[in-house]
Amino acid sequence: MSKLSTMKSKKRVRTGTNDKIFYTICYVIIALLSIAVLYPIIYVVSASMSSANALTAGKVWFLPVDFSLEGYKAVLKYKNIYIGYRNTIFYTVVGTLINVSMTMICAYPMSRKNLFARGPIMFLFSFTMLFGGGMVPNYLLMKKLHFINTIWVMLIPGCMSVYNMIVARTFIQTNIPGELLESAQLDGCNDTVYFFKMVLPLSKAILAVLTLWYAVGHWNSYFKAFIYLTDKNLYPLQIFLRDILISSQISADLNDPEIAEQLRTIQMTLKYAMIIVSTVPLYVFYPFAQKYFAKGVMVGSVKG
Amino acid sequence: MKTEKLQKIRQRIWRDRRLYMFLLLPLLNLIIFDYIPMGGLIIAFKDYSARKGIWGSPWVGLDNFIKFFNSYECWRLIRNTLVLSVYTIVATFPIPIIFALMINSIRNERFKKLTQTIVNLPHFISTTVLVGILMNVLNSRSGFYGILGELITGEYPPDLFGSPQAFRHLYVWSGVWQGFGWGSIIYTAALSSVDPELHEAAQIDGASRLQRIIHVDLPCIAPTIIIRLIMRLGDVMSVGFEKVYLMQNSLNLEASRIISTYVYSVGLASSGHSDLSYATAIGMFNSVINLILIVSVNKIARRVSETSLW
Repeated sequence: MSKLSTMKSKKRVRTGTNDKIFYTICYVIIALLSIAVLYPIIYVVSASMSSANALTAGKVWFLPVDFSLEGYKAVLKYKNIYIGYRNTIFYTVVGTLINVSMTMICAYPMSRKNLFARGPIMFLFSFTMLFGGGMVPNYLLMKKLHFINTIWVMLIPGCMSVYNMIVARTFIQTNIPGELLESAQLDGCNDTVYFFKMVLPLSKAILAVLTLWYAVGHWNSYFKAFIYLTDKNLYPLQIFLRDILISSQISADLNDPEIAEQLRTIQMTLKYAMIIVSTVPLYVFYPFAQKYFAKGVMVGSVKG
Repeated sequence: MKTEKLQKIRQRIWRDRRLYMFLLLPLLNLIIFDYIPMGGLIIAFKDYSARKGIWGSPWVGLDNFIKFFNSYECWRLIRNTLVLSVYTIVATFPIPIIFALMINSIRNERFKKLTQTIVNLPHFISTTVLVGILMNVLNSRSGFYGILGELITGEYPPDLFGSPQAFRHLYVWSGVWQGFGWGSIIYTAALSSVDPELHEAAQIDGASRLQRIIHVDLPCIAPTIIIRLIMRLGDVMSVGFEKVYLMQNSLNLEASRIISTYVYSVGLASSGHSDLSYATAIGMFNSVINLILIVSVNKIARRVSETSLW
């Protein structure tokens, strides 16, 4: 008996030290990974707030050197930024509104298990996640519909993500009890009234998730505008960003040679400032978004 | 008998008529923007010209596909797409799992919260901005990389963006940087539902924390891992257009020209002499392979582990 207990305690001590090493390794690796993620972000922020000279001389490593906002001033002089911002806000607000409404009016009937032909309809939706027409047939369709170079192409096609609809459907199925429907029906409540009076108010969490998912998608979306838009006045921010950050076409639209020259010298700070200006709106909602996004991922992971 | 059944169905549909009204718009959207383009795939079997329209253009059978398979580009495109994709999966799939397992075993809640917040940050950055950061920070003259290289060796380091060798590494590891934290959320969620009694029992048996990860945590999240893996493997031939296109330039084309960017450059980019039928055929070949892959991976997974997407 005593032998057994000493053996046990010995073992516990040994695993204790093993665990200590393990925990230390975990902490170190996680800390290193976090630094690896954070450092480029800090560098970009600092570079955007440093003077062009300090940046090109390679003095910026961590915090801003020779603090200056000339990059930001240059961004604000750039007319296209306002066009891009205006359009992106419009596409994000109106687009998200359409997306969320579409998703909910689809998820609600699909959450009703006794709906006739529910299986085949679900298959029709799900199949589009596996197969599609592709770039050229889509382009020809947009052409036929006269959607090219209009705001509609940014708002209407593909305005519901099937994946999100399934997440919303699963949420409705698991969070709104069936008894509620039965008692509402007994009170003479029809399906439309039930949707607006019961389902929507009880789905606030999923509405938040969907809104965030879609809004971030719109804000960051680049592909559609790139393929279907050629009118500069309709371009979202991401297209202008590409011109500046990747193709370096900063001075293309500037008539004033003086400003153009000035822009050339502060090109790098301008680019970093541009990155910040275009990305900051997303991070205003970040603390809020993180919570709801994670929630959505969890709802989505429930198979059903 | 039959009419009675029909009667019943009619009754059910009438009872749920309001629900079907709800479905009307989404279904319309689905048909117009998903199924009509699928029908548009027939131009892959035609010699499409805008003047004659889809119906008026002559049939050419499988000519476009044969032309693709015989073309000099074909195998390089398939190879580039596959290499990039497999490399992405190998690098991006295990890291979130390992990260989730590590962060789950840590007990300091504040450290946990802080690091999770940090690693989730890059997820919200747009592809354009990500590539923009990458290109500017890693610019071999004016970027962080160039300045650092000059400081150490005294001269500008080699250009990364003009190099086909560097392209894949840049593509994959910037993806890891952006996505591993976000990708781990689903696993931390799954880990939070692991029964603590299992851990206690293992602890009493003298299992170390590492052993408990291998024998308790890992089996508990195995279904989640398998589902994610099926989804990922089924996508092996669909490498997103956006990021590759944004990172592409004439110097790294050898590695960066993949099927989706090729479809774009054949079909839509070169206005005037674009070959829409040929581009559609290449795209369709890609989608069909994808479909076959996901269906078969799912079938295998169902047989081997009883976990599947459908």
